[in-house]
Amino acid sequence: MKTIDLSSATVRDLNQALHDQVNQLEEREWVVTHPNGAHNLAVGVNEAVSVDIQGHAGYYCAGMNQKASITVHGNVGVGCAENMMSGYVRVKGSASQAAGATAHGGLLVIEGDAGARCGISMKGVDIVVGGSIGHMSCFMGQAGRLVVCGDAGDALGDSLYETRIYVKGTVESLGSDCIAKEMRAEHLEELQVLLDRAGFNEKAADFKRYGSARQLYNFKVDNASAY
Amino acid sequence: MCGIVGLYLKNPALESQLGALFEPMLEAMTDRGPDSAGFAIYGDEVSDGWVKLTLQATTDEYDFKALTGELEGKLGASLDWFQNASAIVLKIKAEEATVRAALAELAPTVRIMSAGKSIEILKGMGLPKEISERFGLKNMKGSHIIGHTRMATESAVTMEGSHPFSTGADLCLVHNGSLSNHFRLRQELRREGINFDTENDTEVAAGYLAWRLQQGDSLKTALDSSLEALDGFFTFAIGTRNGFAVIRDPIACKPAILAETDDYVAMASEYQALSSLPGIEKAKVWEPVPATMYIWERASA
Repeated sequence: MKTIDLSSATVRDLNQALHDQVNQLEEREWVVTHPNGAHNLAVGVNEAVSVDIQGHAGYYCAGMNQKASITVHGNVGVGCAENMMSGYVRVKGSASQAAGATAHGGLLVIEGDAGARCGISMKGVDIVVGGSIGHMSCFMGQAGRLVVCGDAGDALGDSLYETRIYVKGTVESLGSDCIAKEMRAEHLEELQVLLDRAGFNEKAADFKRYGSARQLYNFKVDNASAY
Repeated sequence: MCGIVGLYLKNPALESQLGALFEPMLEAMTDRGPDSAGFAIYGDEVSDGWVKLTLQATTDEYDFKALTGELEGKLGASLDWFQNASAIVLKIKAEEATVRAALAELAPTVRIMSAGKSIEILKGMGLPKEISERFGLKNMKGSHIIGHTRMATESAVTMEGSHPFSTGADLCLVHNGSLSNHFRLRQELRREGINFDTENDTEVAAGYLAWRLQQGDSLKTALDSSLEALDGFFTFAIGTRNGFAVIRDPIACKPAILAETDDYVAMASEYQALSSLPGIEKAKVWEPVPATMYIWERASA
């Protein structure tokens, strides 16, 4: 196990050391101490290492992650795990805005709440939130699954493509072209797998499913006056 | 981009350390605002019948001794003052309006940064570290303080364009964001008798709040109506005589984070600015919900 103390080392030292593991894997377990809300921690990691961040992290933590398993023992700022490709990111506290934005793959688990625009334009990632999410979440979500054990804010799933959204609590309002959908056996099954993987003691049957009505996919001449 | 920080002490035993606790918070926001900085500190209240003003001159060499002498002669009022870099804190046994009228006549180039019972606003151009050193922030005492680090986008980098902006007696505003309807709103507010010194968008928000409060709105009502009247992005922190308030626009493009312990409530644009506070590891830390006012005030003094 290798410990990097950010009260003496820089964020550049940390990220460079993690990037170097791609060429020569020297250490699989990394611990980061005294993060004190620094931005860009463990960004662009591209190796199957585990990184334990012991405190709060700032913006873009674990951004562009591939393969790595990254745990934050605290809160994260804007854009946590943005554009993640694969791997696993777990936030023990809450996340600010745009968590998991544009991410293509992997699993993002947020034990607390996530702010506005969680999963905006997500492209295949799975996001499981233990608490509630803010407004405009999953805007233009294209693929993947977003699971919310608490409530969802305004305009959930606006202009949604094929992301499947599961919410246990209330939804303040649905965005354009997002509708409640029937929970079929395959949905119960995939949701239960996700909840179990996230380690949340929840039952899939308590959730509702939301998805795209697929009315905004193509231009409709009847809507011409709106442009 | 700009940085906002605020610290409100619940535990009076910490009041002697307010400046020392706050200085690293302000300086941590240098990346968000390197061109100017300022703060509004509350404490050292004047007695009934007295008013406290912060005045700022254009140079450190300005002869405040002569000015205060003339003021004393003209108004025949008791006064007390001390200088801090290019600013003075003036305490005078008179009505605020009388003092303002006398100052306008005696010293038209001197700016009145703040007025009230408790507030002192100190600000200027330069790195946050230069501002905190210039005014000796570290050794200041008080009950609460809000500050700002500026990266100008809407108007010139000047002392007058830096934050906080006074919005009335013991009230001030700091802002992260930009307002798009400030030109029109400034014209409307001028017709209502509100004065503006700059082309700055935040001054318009401050002027709007000052106007609503003059019309008898409570701070909450004034802030709620500002959500309708102001078009743009903003996180505001508002200092009041007894505490401070935080509000974000409904879209919440601009960041804010709050932390609370038994000893204090703190707010900042980024968690980094809170990380130097004692006991922050165990604090309740959360992000304020959009279009919702958060306010902390102690019982009226």
